[in-house]
Amino acid sequence: MSDPSPLYRTPLHAVHVEMGARMVPFAGWDMPVQYTGIVDEHKAVRQSVGVFDISHMGQFIVSGPGAEAFLNRVLTNNITKLQPGQGQYTLLLNGLGGVIDDLIAYRTSEREFYLVVNASRIDADWAHLETQLNKDDEVMMANASDFTAGLAIQGPKAREVAVAVFGSAASFPEHNTILVTMTDTGPMWLCGTGYTGEEGFEFFMPMETAETWFRKIVAAVKAAGGMPCGLGARDTLRLEMGYPLNGNDLSEARTPLQAGLGFFVDLDKGDFTGREALVAQKAAGLPDKLAAFRMTGAAPPPRPHYPVAFSGEIIGEVCSGTQSPSLGAGIGMAYVPLSAATIGSTLEIEIRGRRFPAEVVKKPFYRKPVV
Amino acid sequence: MSNVPDTLRYRDSHEWIDPTQSPSPVGITDHAQAELTDVVFVDPPKVGTQVSAGQQVCVIESVKAASDIYAPVAGEIVAINEALTGDPGLLNRDPYAGGWIFKIQPSNPAEFEALMDAAAYGKHIA
Repeated sequence: MSDPSPLYRTPLHAVHVEMGARMVPFAGWDMPVQYTGIVDEHKAVRQSVGVFDISHMGQFIVSGPGAEAFLNRVLTNNITKLQPGQGQYTLLLNGLGGVIDDLIAYRTSEREFYLVVNASRIDADWAHLETQLNKDDEVMMANASDFTAGLAIQGPKAREVAVAVFGSAASFPEHNTILVTMTDTGPMWLCGTGYTGEEGFEFFMPMETAETWFRKIVAAVKAAGGMPCGLGARDTLRLEMGYPLNGNDLSEARTPLQAGLGFFVDLDKGDFTGREALVAQKAAGLPDKLAAFRMTGAAPPPRPHYPVAFSGEIIGEVCSGTQSPSLGAGIGMAYVPLSAATIGSTLEIEIRGRRFPAEVVKKPFYRKPVV
Repeated sequence: MSNVPDTLRYRDSHEWIDPTQSPSPVGITDHAQAELTDVVFVDPPKVGTQVSAGQQVCVIESVKAASDIYAPVAGEIVAINEALTGDPGLLNRDPYAGGWIFKIQPSNPAEFEALMDAAAYGKHIA
């Protein structure tokens, strides 16, 4: 037996340990799963604000006269729609239309783009992009992942935290926008996105500046009634919104159409890698699709890989599943044949040999109460 | 610091059993509930089941994971805590009283001696 590869550590690793976090391996990184508890942290984000270390995520800078055309040729969404300062959710596909990664692409200037990719896919994304690049593309790519740290500030009080930390409301990036700013400690990229369904932003910075920012932000978050949060709450928050997690819900074996992400695929923008396969799949009909389900009675929480049955037959397995802290019920997603995927149809989730009923529901699982 | 009552006996897998009562209630320790956080479901054993010491008898689920619960001693499961069905959070709030999981009628009370006392368990989790 060879030793398992050592886990990467973010520049905040020691601070997490100091703050009492429980560390677990995630996508090759030793990350905080929780500080006080997943449910408390989850509720803090829904009700006030939380801060997450997302330094494990990857950042690519793609620039040059050919950057726009190149990215439009490899990503599913239409990048020409972005003005400088705007971003969009998009997907990177293989030639068969399978999902290599889901990411956010921001246009930072006419000829420069900032891509934020999943930690587990940094190497695969980079390798794929290199194979897609032609000599005469006039594109330069830089992988900033190894020296960039990131924090996600999420919740209804995220704006308040931005004002407290940056001293100005002008530093709050509106939804799907990016602000690139120089501070006295270095540059920062403020992105109006998140993975929780709450208002908030993701803040990327040179890694040697991360600890100072993190301590300031944790103080501001606590002052606003929130707390630092781990990946456990990040997972329950994103699943309540029905957001897919690459590796659980997305893989190279299925297309974004099957994953219900057709909104982020522009089949009319011109050719892109995987387009032909998507067009063919659309014409032939989807073999299955990612359905959202909610447990209908008292049941153990559904978890990844539990078998899923429809009309008595096992038809698939749970991709993502958890106990929803906001709903107090088990929720999950699974690829099922279209006949089983209609809203209201009954599935059964097999848990330790027993089957528990679940209903196919609309995403998101959780909607913010209207105030 | 975790609460480790002197009157109870402990397994290394963080179950407690009360040898002073017959049948004996079994639960998880304060340390275990703090580690698990947020118990959301208890899948209880069946009353009437005969179990051996160290046998996996039921599962408790937190948001993050499912954890097996083992019988500290051999015997028959004679009761389960119905209150946990509607309020699994009792395991977190009151692990040594309201949060008991099942009661076991020990078939060999000598097995209590093989379990850790409070001092030994306190060291185990230190």
